[in-house]
Amino acid sequence: MNVTLKENTQEFIEKASLVSARVYRVKDLASALDKALELCRLKLPCDSQMESEQKGTDPMAGEKLRIMAAPNLDEADFTRLDKACREAGDVQLISENLRAYPGGIDMGVTLVDFGIAETGTLVLNSDSEETRLSTMLCETHVAILNEGKIKKTALSMADELNDLTGQASSYTAFITGASRTADIERVLALGVHGPLELVILLVEASS
Amino acid sequence: MKEKKEKAECLKAYKVRLDAALENTFLRTAMDNFAVAYRTSRENAFAGMDVDAMIQEVADIKADAIKNNEALLEEFTRKAVANGIHVHLADTAEDANRIIGEIAQKTGSKRIVKSKSMTAEETHLNPWLENLGLEVTETDLGEWIVQLRHEGPSHMVMPAIHLSRFQVADLFTDVTGTTQDAEIERLVKVARRQLRKKYIDADMGITGANYAVAGTGTIGIATNEGNARLVSTLPKVHVALIGIDKLLPTIKEALSINRVLPKNATGQAITSYVTWITGPSECKPAAGGKREMHIVFLDNGRKKIAADPVFAQVLQCIRCGACANVCPVYRMVGGHQLGYVYIGAIGLITTYFFHGRENARNLVQNCTNCGACKAVCAAGIDLPKLIKEIHARILDEEGHPLKSLMLGKVLKNRKLFHTLLRTAKLAQKPVTGGTPYLRHLPMIFSKEHNFRVLPAIAETPFRDRFERLNSPLKNPIHKIALFSGCVQDFVYPEQLEAAMKSFARANVSVSFPMGQSCCGLPAQMMGEKDAARDVALQNLVAFENEDVDYIVTLCASCGSHLKNSLPDLVKEYAPEKAAAFAKKIIPFSQFMNKIVGVEPMEGKGRKTAFHSPCHLCRGLGVRQDPKDLINKSGNCYVATAEEETCCGFGGSFSANFPAVSQEILTKKLADVEASGADLLVTECPGCVMQLRGGALKQGRDIQVIHLSELF
Repeated sequence: MNVTLKENTQEFIEKASLVSARVYRVKDLASALDKALELCRLKLPCDSQMESEQKGTDPMAGEKLRIMAAPNLDEADFTRLDKACREAGDVQLISENLRAYPGGIDMGVTLVDFGIAETGTLVLNSDSEETRLSTMLCETHVAILNEGKIKKTALSMADELNDLTGQASSYTAFITGASRTADIERVLALGVHGPLELVILLVEASS
Repeated sequence: MKEKKEKAECLKAYKVRLDAALENTFLRTAMDNFAVAYRTSRENAFAGMDVDAMIQEVADIKADAIKNNEALLEEFTRKAVANGIHVHLADTAEDANRIIGEIAQKTGSKRIVKSKSMTAEETHLNPWLENLGLEVTETDLGEWIVQLRHEGPSHMVMPAIHLSRFQVADLFTDVTGTTQDAEIERLVKVARRQLRKKYIDADMGITGANYAVAGTGTIGIATNEGNARLVSTLPKVHVALIGIDKLLPTIKEALSINRVLPKNATGQAITSYVTWITGPSECKPAAGGKREMHIVFLDNGRKKIAADPVFAQVLQCIRCGACANVCPVYRMVGGHQLGYVYIGAIGLITTYFFHGRENARNLVQNCTNCGACKAVCAAGIDLPKLIKEIHARILDEEGHPLKSLMLGKVLKNRKLFHTLLRTAKLAQKPVTGGTPYLRHLPMIFSKEHNFRVLPAIAETPFRDRFERLNSPLKNPIHKIALFSGCVQDFVYPEQLEAAMKSFARANVSVSFPMGQSCCGLPAQMMGEKDAARDVALQNLVAFENEDVDYIVTLCASCGSHLKNSLPDLVKEYAPEKAAAFAKKIIPFSQFMNKIVGVEPMEGKGRKTAFHSPCHLCRGLGVRQDPKDLINKSGNCYVATAEEETCCGFGGSFSANFPAVSQEILTKKLADVEASGADLLVTECPGCVMQLRGGALKQGRDIQVIHLSELF
């Protein structure tokens, strides 16, 4: 691992942790997806934000069924994760029609494009509506980031950002920690409209 | 939402509102805690960074963008239209509202969700849309709370900072019909649930924007809650209302500003979300799978401001709200009393341009001129100066009140002014009873000014004592001229006498040009710009033939005004003379400590606190010299909390807003008392007047003296 990469990774982890993001290092994408599934099964089922809403489709799973959305995985990875979810039995994986889940989903899993070390920020091309919603309607957002994609500062990647935002229909998100507010008595509270928590899975650069 | 008032509020009614705010215990505590906490978080956020350079960069970027505004607007429009966005230009607030109302009608939108936008507050968009029968829901938690309470925001970044959790719990109980506990975490969840429904049902989303990037036709929106993302994702129509001042050439400039904005606003390194929309983005239920996107650019006077050489810098504002965070008046009375729509120092200025003179008239006077806002401004705007400029402009437009005109006239004529002061000395005898204080206030002051004991005019002014005190030196190490200022000349000549002894001991020769007059700051504070300029010119003449190295002053306010404002006042008359004059101005402490380099001496070792005058620390950038001198005088400097916070004097401010001034003063004296010091030293006669009078009136065991009197 070269020095810049190591420094950027360290700084990224430090800064992301400061805004209450949980960061785990994993060796490859497959382990990242395993980790996401593990975390999803550990979490309490989603507290629906709508009064009468159907959760999931499997009647056998009942209240315990958790919904996980992973709209920007490629087909092979999605199929693999879907298989693991079915084996687990208590997680339903979806990739589209997130609008049908206004009450919220348990977990959104997204591959993010870049990281910014200076602020512990994730950069996500969210032109796809499903990708956008998966990061907003979920209680836990799991972002998978390749260490090699961590840049020192936002300014140092102005060219990449210029390209990303230069496309018509572009919707690019900087995400730093979970959704937060301090609007009541300046007391910090997480999870106002978006995720209650952010988990970052850092994939080792060698993989 | 706050509607434009039918009739302008009179000064008296405004003062009643201020009094009520001062009695609001929750507000006072909340504001106090915030003021202290903010300083620390900001410091931490900028730790290890060159803040001044970053702020300068923002100022330069914005200044350039304002100059090129027209071209940037043209470029943005071209790009955005090519991307499929409908771009509108609204000349006035009403135009913007009308355009947005028409978009709603044309798209058949009935329910609207909004994320936070000060620009929409500026145009009073919500009441406009509601009048069209549309349902508008604010989704930023703080904005939603104030919307439900039918109020406007009391801070640009924290709209509900004036409210307690109990007030919010009561409000949410009403909204949900279920009793809600005053537990913040739960209250936030109530909002999450209530607002989620609104997003789902909404036909149209309205956002503001922090940045409009011309190069790509992209808007950038910073939020912590993530509400702007839902507002711009779920509904089929997205309208962004943006001031034309938000235009920037490329994302690079936006990123540079975004490095400063959150740090200066709330002490965060970055907001949780920054959303860049080039649009129209994917929206599955919409026709063609794309959202209908509109951008409404608002002028509302901005082009006119951009063309104004004095006020163009107003448009550099990035709406971080920091000027409110550090304002001593905001801290006492809260945002609803220190702004109309825009809050804080910038609000005192923009209210005039965006919401008219009638709404700015009272606000613009509610400034101590302490300069804290200027020191913290993310875009390097000279806010105190512009506040005074607005004040002067309003007086020019509406006519100057007699009191202010008289003051201007008197100040312009030094001989008349000084004769009046000498006459006043005789007239005050019955009220001072021969003591150095005015025991009972003369008729011109109302009872509420009685919060401090006011000094009497001295028996003999300094100018009449100078000859006696001055002994010519053969080989002086430095030649200086003394600028006394009116207060020390006529009220506290003993402070100058003490300094004369120090000068003699240090072998410094002193001259005192008798033609010198008031520095002009009081005239400027009252909006009498002509008078301020006239006395500035008189002072230039008085000092022009003095062969001296320095012009020393013991009054920080005079010093800061002469050094920083005078050159600007006379720039069309005597720019070179003014520059040479200003260069020689030096405060007493800096001169004695740095130039003379006085030696430490034996003293009483008293625990001594220092009140750093606003015009010394921020105005002249002198912070350490007075503290060094306290220790060199054989006393022991002790630090006090908020040493650099204003004492509440502010010249005419304390006369116009005595209730606010008194509260600021009380806080100051409590901090000094808590430090354990029994001696309080400062370097400005105005501060001495305020602090000494307050300590006496409140029976506090604190002796207040000028720094010169330590030696």
